[in-house]
Amino acid sequence: MKRHIISLLMENEAGALSNVSALFSARGFNIESLCVAPTDDPSLSRMTLVTTCSESVFEQITKQLNKLIDVVKLMDLSEGVHIEREMMLIKVRAEKEMREEIKRLAEIFRGKIIDVSDNSYVIEMTGDSDKLDAFVHVIPEDHVIEVVRTGVSGIARGVKSLTL
Amino acid sequence: MELSGAEIVVQALKDEGVETIFGYPGGSVLHIYDALFQQDDIHHVLVRHEQGATHAADGYARSTGKPGVVLVTSGPGATNAITGIATAHLDSIPMVVLTGQVPSALIGTDAFQEVDTTGISRPCSKHTFLVKRVEDLAETMRKAFYIATTGRPGPVVVDIPKDITDPSVKIPYEYPRNLKMRSYSPVKKGHLGQIKKAVDLIYNAKRPIIYSGGGVVIDNSSGSLIDLARELGIPVTSTLMGLGAYPASDSQFLGMLGMHGNYEANMAMHEADVLIAIGARFDDRVTGHIAHFCPQAKIIHIDIDPSSISKNVRVDIPIVGSVKDVLNDMLRIIREGDRKIDNDGLTSWWERIEAWRGLGCLRYEQSDEVIKPQFAIETLHKVTGGDLYLTSDVGQHQMFAAQFYKFDKPRRWINSGGLGTMGFGLPAAMGVQMAHPDKQVACVTGEASILMCIQELATCKQHGLPIKIMLMNNGYMGMVRQWQEMFYEGRYSHSYVDALPDFVELTKSFGHVGMRVTKPSDLEAAMQEAFDRKDELVFLDILIDPTENVYPMIEAGKGHHVMAMSPASKQGDQR
Repeated sequence: MKRHIISLLMENEAGALSNVSALFSARGFNIESLCVAPTDDPSLSRMTLVTTCSESVFEQITKQLNKLIDVVKLMDLSEGVHIEREMMLIKVRAEKEMREEIKRLAEIFRGKIIDVSDNSYVIEMTGDSDKLDAFVHVIPEDHVIEVVRTGVSGIARGVKSLTL
Repeated sequence: MELSGAEIVVQALKDEGVETIFGYPGGSVLHIYDALFQQDDIHHVLVRHEQGATHAADGYARSTGKPGVVLVTSGPGATNAITGIATAHLDSIPMVVLTGQVPSALIGTDAFQEVDTTGISRPCSKHTFLVKRVEDLAETMRKAFYIATTGRPGPVVVDIPKDITDPSVKIPYEYPRNLKMRSYSPVKKGHLGQIKKAVDLIYNAKRPIIYSGGGVVIDNSSGSLIDLARELGIPVTSTLMGLGAYPASDSQFLGMLGMHGNYEANMAMHEADVLIAIGARFDDRVTGHIAHFCPQAKIIHIDIDPSSISKNVRVDIPIVGSVKDVLNDMLRIIREGDRKIDNDGLTSWWERIEAWRGLGCLRYEQSDEVIKPQFAIETLHKVTGGDLYLTSDVGQHQMFAAQFYKFDKPRRWINSGGLGTMGFGLPAAMGVQMAHPDKQVACVTGEASILMCIQELATCKQHGLPIKIMLMNNGYMGMVRQWQEMFYEGRYSHSYVDALPDFVELTKSFGHVGMRVTKPSDLEAAMQEAFDRKDELVFLDILIDPTENVYPMIEAGKGHHVMAMSPASKQGDQR
């Protein structure tokens, strides 16, 4: 079992996203996160998809994705050097002595406090998934109010690219 | 030319060369039906249930290679069509299904006869479209036909909201003939390096076998397959879907393989050292238990769909491309070279195969009292001289037909192999007869299957379709009964179809000819009379032995080499 990050370009059309998500449920493929938005070319959407599976299942996943009519192109980012990032908005209880402590932790993780109330913060943080996991774990569990994560998006290092 | 959306739909069908469509009107497609009414080029076949429309279009497509076209309304029209769409999808049949949809402004409001057609059909079709602007309609129609008929073919659904076909809104029409899609460009030519590797492997083989599938039929590659097999002198087996692509009467043909395949075909698969899979997809009914599948073989797999390759079985030499192109490249390389296949190896391979063949795995006990289903199919072959388009429903009769009707030509054996859809046979035969008005068309069926689409007898009357229905009536869902006998200690839970209609009277009430046969000695004459009545639909209610089972049979969870044989084969009885 290995974690794969698939980056794909697809037609920005109604139904394209459901074609991809329906494929994963119909064929029993695992999907950990899925992140999608239009690109600089408004006729195309870019999707980043994370899955953990065996090599033979991964071969089927890429073949089945390629078979979808709306999918223009795809690549396995995890096959080469790449950068992955995920953004998290986390709302934490911040009262009394914990107010300072949480602010300090956020700084260590290079998070930004973007909303403050009498007893809470909202912290914005970007990084790879492990870093975000680590931050969630250092906040005492009973202080975490809400966690919102975007899912992974990624890009290859160097000149390698996924474009038309 | 300025056309309304409804006229665009009809004109696009004409521009695609469509002559026949199968459908059923309803609120959301009334504009289109009005446009159909005002022209004479496209012939519309009014079915009695939308499932019938899809199966008829499917039979039309399977017997001609041209795409089948269906027109149904929104909501229940679309949901009724789903079984037929899924049937075509699993067997890779080109089909374009036009479904009406509620007006755009009402989508999502749970309007009358509204259903999410693209959502429902997505997992059982090659692609779906929802038309959002009338300006997109012509291009969407072109895309639908292009996608349905190229690459690995399949059904494409085009969902058209009623306002898009509004007759009062006319726009300029031009059919986009030279369509290019950046997201869809199926390959045709196979990789030459891979093909050369495959040829090398074949030349080094001692026990090669060709495993041919429905892809050979779909790609019209029967001739290339025959050339390759004869050039090499090697045995050929076929899947249920591939029957007829290689002539069954040829001595190099080992018969069908798989769960109810011939002993010699399955044994040869088990013992082969090189397997050449052509347009076949290693379905579970073919492979038996995957861990025991072809344990000694290196596998070459030719398929147009990359996702078919190494899906169920790891292959050694994958070749992605159209079957015809790849086979022709392979033949060229073989003919240009001066290599010879290992003749000594091949001779002893054939000796082993002939020994397996000698067992006579299809032997059955003939009877003077009761009609054996195997005898019925053999008689059908005799009466029709092997020149027949035969559709089938699903169950024992389907397997008997596949085993005993020796198909010598492709596109003659029309059955639901992948989905196994009961109710397929009669409407499929309508599509075949529409496409081939002067040919003999028969439907072999069971009393359970035929009742699933029996209403189409009315369609046959309206359109004058002289189909011959061969009902293998044993009073049971025969295949279910067989499994209950073998694996459930004879607890025949709900497989006995109590309260059957009188099929002869039923057929007559639809305005056709119905006849009943009960004795083996009357069968041939009855079938002969049925086919002599050239302009009439004849329904033969053939009462067959209710206890007959389909043999051989790969035992559950076993490999090809562990087969249960019929009592007659075991005793070595001669018929």
